Amino acid sequence: MSEPGLSARGLRVEFGLPGGRTARAVDSVNIRVAPGEVVALAGESGCGKTTLARALLGLERPTAGAISYDGTPLRYSTRALKAYRRSVQLVLQDPTGALNPRHTVYDAVAEGLRIHRIADNESDRVATALSHAGLRPAEKFFLAYPHELSGGQRQRVVIAGALVLDPKIIIADEPVASLDASVRGEILALLLRLRDEFGLGALVVTHDLGLAWSIADRIAVMYLGRIVEQGPAEQVLTDPQHPYTRALVSVLPDSPVPGPIVLSGEPPDATSIPAGCRFHPRCQVLASGAAEAAGVADQCRATPLPVLADDVGAGVSGDDPTRQVACHYAAAATRSEA
Amino acid sequence: MASDPSLLAGPSPDGPASGGLSGEKTAGGSGFGRYLRGRLTGSVASLVLVYLSSFFIFRVLGGDPLQAIAKDRRMTPEERAALREQLGLDQPLLAQFGKYTADVFSGNFGTSYQYRRPVMELVLERLSATVLLTGTALVLSVAVGLWVGARAGWRHGSRLDRAHVGVSLTLWSAPTFWLGMIVIMIFARQFGLFPVGGMVSHNVGPGLLAETLDVAHHLVLPAITMTAVIYAQYVLVMRSSILDEIGHDYLTTARAKGLRDDLVRRRHAIPNALLPTVTLVFLQLGGVISGAIVTETIFSWPGLGRMVFESIGFRDFPVLQTTFVLFSAAVIVANMCADIAYWFLDPRVRKA
Ligand SMILES: Nc1ncnc2c1ncn2[C@@H]1O[C@H](COP(=O)(O)OP(=O)(O)OP(=O)(O)O)[C@@H](O)[C@H]1O
Ligand code: SF4
Ligand SMILES: [Mg+2]
Repeated sequence: MSEPGLSARGLRVEFGLPGGRTARAVDSVNIRVAPGEVVALAGESGCGKTTLARALLGLERPTAGAISYDGTPLRYSTRALKAYRRSVQLVLQDPTGALNPRHTVYDAVAEGLRIHRIADNESDRVATALSHAGLRPAEKFFLAYPHELSGGQRQRVVIAGALVLDPKIIIADEPVASLDASVRGEILALLLRLRDEFGLGALVVTHDLGLAWSIADRIAVMYLGRIVEQGPAEQVLTDPQHPYTRALVSVLPDSPVPGPIVLSGEPPDATSIPAGCRFHPRCQVLASGAAEAAGVADQCRATPLPVLADDVGAGVSGDDPTRQVACHYAAAATRSEA
Repeated sequence: MASDPSLLAGPSPDGPASGGLSGEKTAGGSGFGRYLRGRLTGSVASLVLVYLSSFFIFRVLGGDPLQAIAKDRRMTPEERAALREQLGLDQPLLAQFGKYTADVFSGNFGTSYQYRRPVMELVLERLSATVLLTGTALVLSVAVGLWVGARAGWRHGSRLDRAHVGVSLTLWSAPTFWLGMIVIMIFARQFGLFPVGGMVSHNVGPGLLAETLDVAHHLVLPAITMTAVIYAQYVLVMRSSILDEIGHDYLTTARAKGLRDDLVRRRHAIPNALLPTVTLVFLQLGGVISGAIVTETIFSWPGLGRMVFESIGFRDFPVLQTTFVLFSAAVIVANMCADIAYWFLDPRVRKA
């Protein structure tokens, strides 16, 4: 197993739109989630986070690129997908919608077992999953319906439904965005505990860098279908280098970046990705003339940037994780430092 | 047409949609008893209203029944007066109502002006024919309609979906009368495959099997016509409730756990989409009854619907009143059944 965990290479997802246009929601992404690490995928609305997450789960078939799990490429036959889904599980944003309103908690959690025909000790397994998700005593919740639970409890049921299959990786799409602020911390703490106790890996999709800061080992920042900066969470957040990341960080409380930096220009459109650096129409570094001064302005407008390679957390591989940035200006600055 | 009782009876004031949310859970666990009592009260109130209107509406809307009775015969003014007295039509309205009520409670629904026989007898004679026809058409249209609707909705936008919607809308908008005529012209007159009308042949051999087959043979065309007419609404409602479910995340959750697409549809989407459809199946009984009236008339099917149709022309108040009450009661009871079914189907109603 050269590559434990989940990884995607050159992943591209396009949607055909009426009128013959194509939305390139995910445009060449390399990403990797190893067991025992939490990776945050951050970026503004519409940048392709959900599409990437769905593709990683095999729910969306990529236009190009490949997904592999423990080094084995994912195939899209019904059987291969089913096997894959024992290892990689999904937690959605809105637990109210993610649970069938007419199924009891027990049915919701046991569903995975039934799909995969795991018949032994069903109720023990359900009880264990529920208590791992923080619903104790588990039996008390068996016959409850989703509408009888609070939002936080519902999300715990969703998480229990994922845990019951003993997955290695969980993909959580904005797992706390629809919850009250008071229970957000609890659910995030739960994800961290699952990582520490069971070595679970997680990809947590969020548009909130502050949240990423509190749980992630690594952060990948996505802009218009591409990852523009990634690295250890601490490094990315205390010393962001991509102008887009800097803008996002600048609005956090106690930000290391003087700010706030407000991005100008139109929100990105997945049907027409700008040439050169895809961020250049909105880039504050280019607009302020700093890129011009560094002599990279023409590259910004015309030279495409390389796709960032993926990267595994130090906790697993023992390598020194490196931070990567897709920006001509940042690259020039690094060169001049060296 | 005054003979569509659902227009007058209407749905119960708090149907499942709103009633479910107000249902309270009692400490003693008698939630269902309480829920049922609430629904029963509403139904009884509706029945009383129907009963009151059944008497007055026909007096107000109807013309003089004597004219109808007398239209084929010469009658002297004396004969008219005698008949008027015999039928109780010389009494003041209120007195007529009092007598009507007293009779109803003693099981006497009056005598038909037209057939000159007790209405209850006429109704009982024709009830089974109507139940046979509408029952067959209902079962067929519900079963086929829901099945087709679920498939069409699941693959919405596909060629199959568009074809089904097109056919449903065409059938939906075609007048029953016209549809029945076409069916008779093609299958009965042109090809002679089925009888033109009626329920039994005169020259049928003895034996239960032969008689049953004969009735079934007569049943085919009217049942198909009626199915075609009421089928569309089940297709369209099931389709749109499936469309409502399709956007829901719990389908994604199930898929992400490894459930096959057709099982996602069968285990999750269809059961949940059936919920709003169940109400419709019960509530549409009014529409079904009016469909039965027209269908029975076209195919000379000896049921209640045809009797109603004939009684309208004749201003046969006792028959119209009784069938009106009967049909309305059926709709009200169906409505209550929908509420009760909801209690068992939707946990949100049970434990609000
Ligand atoms: N099924 C689809 N058909 C067509 N376009 C789609 C589809 N799904 C997503 N897109 C487009 O792909 C782009 C990325 O969408 P996506 O939902 O992945 O963004 P996101 O980062 O998850 O946004 P948010 O934070 O709002 O959830 C958007 O431009 C969206 O319009
Ligand atoms: S490459 Fe140029 S335009 Fe793109 S982010 Fe860097 S400085 Fe801005
Ligand atoms: Mg999203």
